[in-house]
Amino acid sequence: MLVLRTLVLAPAHGHTIAHAIERGSGDVLQVEHGSLYPALHRLEDRGWIVSFWGTSENNRKAKYYRLTPAGRKQLTVQTTRWEQVVRAIGRVLKPATK
Amino acid sequence: MSLRRFFRREQWDRERSEEIESYVRIETDENVARGLPYAEARAAALRKLGNRTVIREEIYRMNTVTFLDTLVGDIRYGLRMFARSPTFTAAALLTLAIGIGANTAVFSVVNSVLVRPLRYPKAEELVALHQDAPGAAGLANAADGLALSPSMYFTYAEQNRTFQALGVWLAGTANVTGLAEPEQVRTVSVSDGVLQALGVPPTAGRWLLAADQIPQAPEPMSFTRRSSTVMLSYGYWQRHFGGDRSAIGRSLTVDSLPRQIVGIMPKGFRIVKTEPDLILPLAFDRSRVILAGFAFNGIGRLKPGVTIVQANADLARLLPVWMDTWTNGPGTGGGRWYENWKIRPTIRPLKQQVVGNVGDVLWVVMGTIALVMLIACANVTNLLLVRAEARQHELALRAALGARVARIVRSLLVESVMLGLMGGALGVGVAYAGLRLLVAIGPADLPRLNEISVDARTFAFTLILSVFSGLLLGLVPALRYAGPRISAALQSAGRTLSVSRERHRARNLLVVAQVAIALVLLVSAGLMIRTAQALRTIEPGFTGAEHLQTVRIAIPSSLIPEPQRVIRTQNDLADRLAVIPGVTSVGFAREAPMEMEPPNWDNVFPEGKVYAGNVAPLRRFENISPGFLHTTGARLVAGRELTWTDVYGLRPMVLISENLAREFWGTPAAAIGKRLRQYPSMPWQEVIGVVQDVRQNGIQEKAPEIVYWPAMMPNYFVRNAAPVVTRAVTFVIRSERAGTEGFVTQVRQAVWAVNASLPLASVRTMREIYEESLATTSFTLVMMGIAGAMALMLGLIGIYGVISYAVSQRTREIGIRVALGAEPGALRRLFVRYGLALAGAGTAMGLVAAAGLTRLMKSVLFGISPVDPLTYTAVPLILVAATVLASYLPARRAAAVDPVKTLRAE
Repeated sequence: MLVLRTLVLAPAHGHTIAHAIERGSGDVLQVEHGSLYPALHRLEDRGWIVSFWGTSENNRKAKYYRLTPAGRKQLTVQTTRWEQVVRAIGRVLKPATK
Repeated sequence: MSLRRFFRREQWDRERSEEIESYVRIETDENVARGLPYAEARAAALRKLGNRTVIREEIYRMNTVTFLDTLVGDIRYGLRMFARSPTFTAAALLTLAIGIGANTAVFSVVNSVLVRPLRYPKAEELVALHQDAPGAAGLANAADGLALSPSMYFTYAEQNRTFQALGVWLAGTANVTGLAEPEQVRTVSVSDGVLQALGVPPTAGRWLLAADQIPQAPEPMSFTRRSSTVMLSYGYWQRHFGGDRSAIGRSLTVDSLPRQIVGIMPKGFRIVKTEPDLILPLAFDRSRVILAGFAFNGIGRLKPGVTIVQANADLARLLPVWMDTWTNGPGTGGGRWYENWKIRPTIRPLKQQVVGNVGDVLWVVMGTIALVMLIACANVTNLLLVRAEARQHELALRAALGARVARIVRSLLVESVMLGLMGGALGVGVAYAGLRLLVAIGPADLPRLNEISVDARTFAFTLILSVFSGLLLGLVPALRYAGPRISAALQSAGRTLSVSRERHRARNLLVVAQVAIALVLLVSAGLMIRTAQALRTIEPGFTGAEHLQTVRIAIPSSLIPEPQRVIRTQNDLADRLAVIPGVTSVGFAREAPMEMEPPNWDNVFPEGKVYAGNVAPLRRFENISPGFLHTTGARLVAGRELTWTDVYGLRPMVLISENLAREFWGTPAAAIGKRLRQYPSMPWQEVIGVVQDVRQNGIQEKAPEIVYWPAMMPNYFVRNAAPVVTRAVTFVIRSERAGTEGFVTQVRQAVWAVNASLPLASVRTMREIYEESLATTSFTLVMMGIAGAMALMLGLIGIYGVISYAVSQRTREIGIRVALGAEPGALRRLFVRYGLALAGAGTAMGLVAAAGLTRLMKSVLFGISPVDPLTYTAVPLILVAATVLASYLPARRAAAVDPVKTLRAE
């Protein structure tokens, strides 16, 4: 979901995505960047993103990922579901604010 | 997980590695930009990324079908193992190929003959109108039952409530003239309803319809009349009209009467078992139909949902109606007289009628071949066991390195299934060859012989058989050697002094089973040999069959109407044939023995004997010419043969068979001069001769009681009518040259010198007729013989293999024994005893199994009991003797062991 969100604006390559997630989360989500690649592989396999080879900002060969329409739809679905879950958990944790 | 990904994963892996590398470079670049030195920058980048191989593996695994992956590995490994031991592989494959091939061949026959439906639309609705008549002995027999009479057909066809269509048919022959040479063709005459019931649409033109069944011209002395239409078979149409559609509407002269061709039936069309050239309408003349005339085969198509029980009840309801509706003519009493016959409809599915008792034979053969397959499997399993033994260290090592038991079992099973499949592939080749052999030697009454083929179902059978036998093969070694006995196996490391009994148990059991099965098969083969022997010793009632030429000649009334001229012509033919060089005698009769023409019969009353209710047993009737019995070699037990003077003088004289003479008058000699007759208004007929019993219905059927009438007799039914002759007769010609082509040509010329319009049919020697009657037995015998021989071979190889292996395993022990002073003779005895113990156990088990199983063969045996004492003593003896030989060879090797060499080899 986070990967998909990163790709909404523009296609990006693995490095950018990793850093974008890290920064976007305010460095809370610190993971080994390598674990991103299996995730990307899975997403691509499900047809939510497609990849193409391009050149990075500093002229390195890099593989770019772009969101597909199916991926866009999936993002909406997952975001909605996530928000529901968060709301639900929130409600459980703070019943008083109800 | 998709297979597409599975096969593309190499490419994926490359791409991901590249991508990760690009990540590292970019990250390094950024780190360098932050001021780190290159090496440190790269190290940091790698740290950030994590374990690269783990990532690659994760992605790789995502793309893997684990089962398939390891399976491919197992298969590769198996192939390597096979390649490394070519002798083992060849032996195993050959055994399996023969086993599977033989099974496939026999299965394809069983499938074509017994399993596949008949080639009629909705064939399951079709039935044969079989009926039992226990009260009409001789006329109805267990196999064929009582045929229908035309009046029965009318009653059944018009008043039944359970059939969509119903009709009767009769196979016969007819002479076709006016095309090229006169030709005798096979015909089937059908009533209305037969073609409708079968439901096969014509290729061209139309079916015979009800209108074609209306008689056009009278035919003397017959229920049927002339009709004017005919249908052609596809084959006849192709042969004589070149497949020209304009044949329809043209005229064909059948038995000297022109008929209009109205339709052509499609290729391969058959009426039950017969494949006629022409299909003619029966055209019963309703005004002349009487109760009797039980000669026609009934066929019907049941209404949907009607059961055979319901249809039987329906016809049983109509039997009294039939008796009351028709008569046999004035003064013959009412139809209720037939209640004595106890007629009972016993409708059969048409398929059963087609297959007949060949089904029994085929199942016996199939069972036999399946047993051979079991033996073959046991042999290959033994080979695998030996191999598994040799591979124990390898397997233990794999287990020690962390392979799970399931994995090892699977890899062993994969190997054996591969063996099975490869054996099966070869087996298909064997099957094709075997099938050719099978069809060549198959009995002539094997129905649908030309439909036999290897179809999808056969392939499926082969595949399942291959996989199944593969699994079976692998199971024993897999279970025995994949178990958790690693440490033991590794410890022993090939240095055991002798082999524990327990390790031999599996192989011993297999060999015992093999011997047992082989014994069953050998006993079956032995029983068949005894059957054939029993049949050969039976006196058939004719002699020198290979020197008897037979030929059927029919003289239709349209060609020669007057009976006196017919007998004159037949006499001329006999005279002409007799002067062919090398011919010693000639005669003719309604049929030659075992020719299986539709039989003729009636009541026979000997003078002075009164039967209750005026119902006498029915006796077989044959019409013979002077010299016929002399020619066939049937011995005259008493009295004399007919002369031409007797025949032309229409003298009331008959000959009878020995069994009939004994029944009526005690001895053959006492019968001479006695008198008998068919019915009260018939003059008494004097018995002038008694003939030895003739196996008229085939060698396996008991000789019927026969009355031999002269070839021409007065018409006792109709006052002042012309005499009665037999128009279709078989000439038998005794000559050393019988069967040669030159001789047959001379016979043909002799016949045409008398009348050029006469065709010759069924030209063969008596030997061929005799062999045909033995065909089913011969076929079973050959199949059993092959199976028995294979079983014996495989069983002996099994014993030989086990003893050899035991010898090789115990070389060290033997060495020690020899070193300690064991006699070579004692050593030999040790191993021969081992072999004998196995064979003994197998034989004992086999005898019990055989006693049970051979009961199933009862229908193909003749003259001996399924527990024939001779077979049951001879076969075990042979088997044990062979076993001694098979174990002696390796035993000799054991005795020759050099103790110094063996012990040094340690």
